[in-house]
Amino acid sequence: MIRLSIPVRQALAKLTLPVLIVAAFVLMLVGKADTVLAERARMALADALAPLYGALAQPLDTLRAGIDSIGEMFVLHAENARLRAENERLRQWQAAALALDAENAALKANLHWLPDPPASYITARVVADAGGLYARAVLLSTGPGAHVERGQVALDDRGLVGRVTERGARSARVLLITDMNSRIPVILEGSRAHAILAGSNGPRPRLLFWPEGQMPAEGERVVTSAEANAFPPGLPVGTVHIVGRNGVEVLPAARLDRLEIVRIFDYGLHAIAPPEISASRQQAAAERRH
Amino acid sequence: MDRLPGIRPRESVWRRLDMAARWAFPATTTALLLLLAASPLGLPGQAEAQVAIALGCVFFWSLFRPAAMLPVVVFPIGLLTDLLGYAPPGVGVLSLLLVHGAALRWRWRLTRQGFLVVWLAFAALGSGMAALQWALTAALLWRLLPPGPALFQAVVAAGLYPALAMLLTRAHQSLAAPERA
Repeated sequence: MIRLSIPVRQALAKLTLPVLIVAAFVLMLVGKADTVLAERARMALADALAPLYGALAQPLDTLRAGIDSIGEMFVLHAENARLRAENERLRQWQAAALALDAENAALKANLHWLPDPPASYITARVVADAGGLYARAVLLSTGPGAHVERGQVALDDRGLVGRVTERGARSARVLLITDMNSRIPVILEGSRAHAILAGSNGPRPRLLFWPEGQMPAEGERVVTSAEANAFPPGLPVGTVHIVGRNGVEVLPAARLDRLEIVRIFDYGLHAIAPPEISASRQQAAAERRH
Repeated sequence: MDRLPGIRPRESVWRRLDMAARWAFPATTTALLLLLAASPLGLPGQAEAQVAIALGCVFFWSLFRPAAMLPVVVFPIGLLTDLLGYAPPGVGVLSLLLVHGAALRWRWRLTRQGFLVVWLAFAALGSGMAALQWALTAALLWRLLPPGPALFQAVVAAGLYPALAMLLTRAHQSLAAPERA
């Protein structure tokens, strides 16, 4: 070891902090210039933590469910009445759905309709919130060997959750539809009008660019549109909620605040890269396609 | 040559290990607290709490035990914060290094004051860092970000500090004290 005199050592010790501050700025520039590197580092850490958090998530979910069930005990009577009423209504809907299903099958048979190929999917547990301060995303533990790609569509049991933006060896990050970088082409089911669903980091994304004169109706169902080939048509997204005079929000169908298990579908759509991808990678992908 | 006369424990391997463990205690517990704050507890404001914990720990140890919270230790802790918090890399590093520098500079004045003054200093510093992180993140993502999370982060940082300081003071006097080795 080199022996340094005390003044030199003190000077070196004083220099460490400024040098490291400069290094922090360099890190910012490197992170900005090479987003792939930053993403790889993040997903490496996520890969290491996903099994740990996965093991932790299960008992925590059980605990939360237990706490919820204690709260539900007190509203059992009211909940029961509500469910009875809902059950009545759903029974009517079931009859309608069965009749429509039979009619649909008959019509399709007459038209020689070619059905869409069934999409393959994997089911993954949500192990952590992966949003940080200025994003809305979740981390999934996919297990090693699972085929997950960027741009694949994530759904929970009720509706659209988001798209895969980053993937590691055994984890994947899904950007939620509420994230402010999320833009999704949608169709209003009643009027068949096209619109864009834009996240705002709040709990309810906004609806933008609907056709003039076709104001969305309160409670109207919003589904994905096949426009731009980023999503398959008809995935349930949510219902319209009018705020004030012209603010149109969408109440997401998926329970985004308590995601536990999501399915990741591979529809074979690779038209539009999901957000948060650097320009350099898009370029590389474009070059590969040509 | 023994420059300091007196009776001292023998320099055995165990004692050295003990000293090393005590020296590493602040950085290790900070990293573990960060990992805990990033785990799926499902609490509201966890992302804000994560940044607040990093700021609080670095501030506390830089103030009261700077020998165990060196700049070269602060740097990886900042990097861990950035990676866990999905922030642009470097933002957390810079803010933690600035907090460390500020704590070192105010050290002689602040350590003589009571808890309230230290708390106020930390609240001011935490608010400044929340604003800085907001501005840097906005600049690096090149878009205007909502100021709500930054404000909330400043409040969470100030609010968490007393509890954090209570825990860390206990550790400072017992587990992290090398003179007790």
